[in-house]
Amino acid sequence: MRIKALFQRLREQKRPALVAYITAGDPSPDRTADLVAALERGGVDLIELGVPFSDPIADGPVIQSASERALQAGTSVASVLEIAEQIRSRSEIPLVLFSYLNPILRFGVDALGREAKRCGIDGCLLTDLSVEEADNTVAAIRAAGLDTVFLASPTSPQRRLELVAKYSTGFVYLVSRTGVTGERQNIESSLETLVRNMRQVTDTPLAVGFGISTPEQAAEVGRLADGVVVGSAFVRLVEQNLHSPDLERKLEEFARSLSTALHGVAA
Amino acid sequence: MTGTQKLDSPAGAATQPDQGGHFGPYGGRFVPETLMAPIEALEAAYLEAKADPAFHAELDNLLTHYAGRPTPLYYAKRLSESLGGAKIYLKREDLLHTGAHKINNCLGQVLLARRMGKKRIIAETGAGQHGVATATVCALFGMECVVYMGEEDMRRQRLNVFRMRLLGARVCGVASGSRTLKDAISEAMRDWVTNISTTHYLLGSALGSHPYPMMVRDFHRVIGVEARRQILEAEQRLPEVIYACVGGGSNAIGIFHPFLEDKSVRLIGIEAGGQGPGLGEHAARMSGGSPGVLHGAFSYLLQNDDGQIALTHSVSAGLDYAMIGPEHAWLHDQHRAEYTSVGDEEALEAARRLARTEGIIPALESSHAVAEAIRRAPAAKGEVHIVNLSGRGDKDIDIYRENFVELDAQGPDYAH
Repeated sequence: MRIKALFQRLREQKRPALVAYITAGDPSPDRTADLVAALERGGVDLIELGVPFSDPIADGPVIQSASERALQAGTSVASVLEIAEQIRSRSEIPLVLFSYLNPILRFGVDALGREAKRCGIDGCLLTDLSVEEADNTVAAIRAAGLDTVFLASPTSPQRRLELVAKYSTGFVYLVSRTGVTGERQNIESSLETLVRNMRQVTDTPLAVGFGISTPEQAAEVGRLADGVVVGSAFVRLVEQNLHSPDLERKLEEFARSLSTALHGVAA
Repeated sequence: MTGTQKLDSPAGAATQPDQGGHFGPYGGRFVPETLMAPIEALEAAYLEAKADPAFHAELDNLLTHYAGRPTPLYYAKRLSESLGGAKIYLKREDLLHTGAHKINNCLGQVLLARRMGKKRIIAETGAGQHGVATATVCALFGMECVVYMGEEDMRRQRLNVFRMRLLGARVCGVASGSRTLKDAISEAMRDWVTNISTTHYLLGSALGSHPYPMMVRDFHRVIGVEARRQILEAEQRLPEVIYACVGGGSNAIGIFHPFLEDKSVRLIGIEAGGQGPGLGEHAARMSGGSPGVLHGAFSYLLQNDDGQIALTHSVSAGLDYAMIGPEHAWLHDQHRAEYTSVGDEEALEAARRLARTEGIIPALESSHAVAEAIRRAPAAKGEVHIVNLSGRGDKDIDIYRENFVELDAQGPDYAH
């Protein structure tokens, strides 16, 4: 239960978790474990390992391009599991598999749960799996001993927030605003309402993502939530430094700027 | 006949999805959480409208006086005689305003959008027929219209791009993936999730998350309701066979659905066989695909071993899509409808044959259904067959020119 332990420890330290999303296999499967190590050195507390998909409807252009690069490089569900195994052989950082549903269905939900557990993955978030359709998948993944993380959105009415809370373990992923993934200038005021409404129905830690790309935004969100997710901003750094020997160093430095901003900030 | 009957009779109870939008195991709602509340709101608004006689009265009025319903059921005598078998009737959806069946659904959904207070309409389009129909109803109701279209399809269907712009729509080219219908739907979904409060997504086929497959089908049921009445008048009996092409499957489900309880009527859906059976060369989901999730629904899908969506090919942009509508998947598994495929060349040849025997130039999509009728009719003497002629071929003239070079002024045989 690495995820639960992480949030307990951070609660005692009175700081929110820094969660980083990266697309596994971008720019190539053999690089990802090193990129994750750099993020961890920079102070990232939890990694969302994205499975690339050909038709990522919830993602903006940055993660769409990353998915294309990863697929071009031959990344599959099986290779993402291998990447997780490599990461786990040298680190205890919590890992959440972040995927669209179809590649997981094709792999087989039972097999996925079993293999993910064996490779050291701690939880699973399936972007386009609504709670209404989730019973079999959640049963299989939980049976394997993994957490199941679901999304909640500013558009979700209270009834849906309750459902999302019921299906989520480890943490709940709050979407900060409507729209696709990608960096934005402002954090929307509706986020505060969403956090408050969600706190009414669950004690599970709340991580907030979508559109957070600067230390200032991270600190602002960190005052409300138990975790701050940064995705596209990291993926953009990968994109800008595909062939640069400095990629790891840049990821580490950017992660450090974010984690520093979160010190002394408590929900 | 009242509008409620048009949507619900004569076989309205034949297949309805369950509360979650499932046809057997297919369909459902597989979308990110941000879209769940809007989809629930859309379903509630649709069910309310469906029960409102005023909604049907307005829709019927538009279908009659604006779109041109009912469309004729035409006995294609010369085509039938040249084949020497079944009597072939054509359900002339190609004669509707904008040139295809798509307008039926667009009128229904734009009225619904107005009920919901939406001011902005977005849509995807493949062949451009749905985009043109959407741009048309938006002009009619003074709504902002944005149509997403793959850049490859924009190239193939230049005329329709221009028509949409002339009607006041903004056409956004989509450069990702295969640059066809699949990518246009992904981009429309991204727009919708970003602009939920102002925007209605006017999805153009019996695809996507519940309630779309049910709702789009209901708006097209009028095709089958009319055809059933018309064939009973013309022949005093039901047909043996009905043919319809299947991209997402909206024209097919529209004509099939009112016949579902008429077990003697064989329903045949024709997918795009493209250039061959290899993955990426066709859009034959039933023979070449397997169940999976794309764009909100669970259905037969062309995908590779890793669950990535496969590229597709068809000479017909409207059939060039990796998933078939979920109700078709269910009808297939129940053996209530049969699905087959026709390749590019055979479809082109069927178009030429229909043009020359009946003076009707069909859309390339509809030509696939005509081709299947040409295959089967000779062995079916004494039978009555109906082809859903879902669209007209004006939009495809450039492609016909490319493929029938001998007919073109630039070609080698000008006098032909």
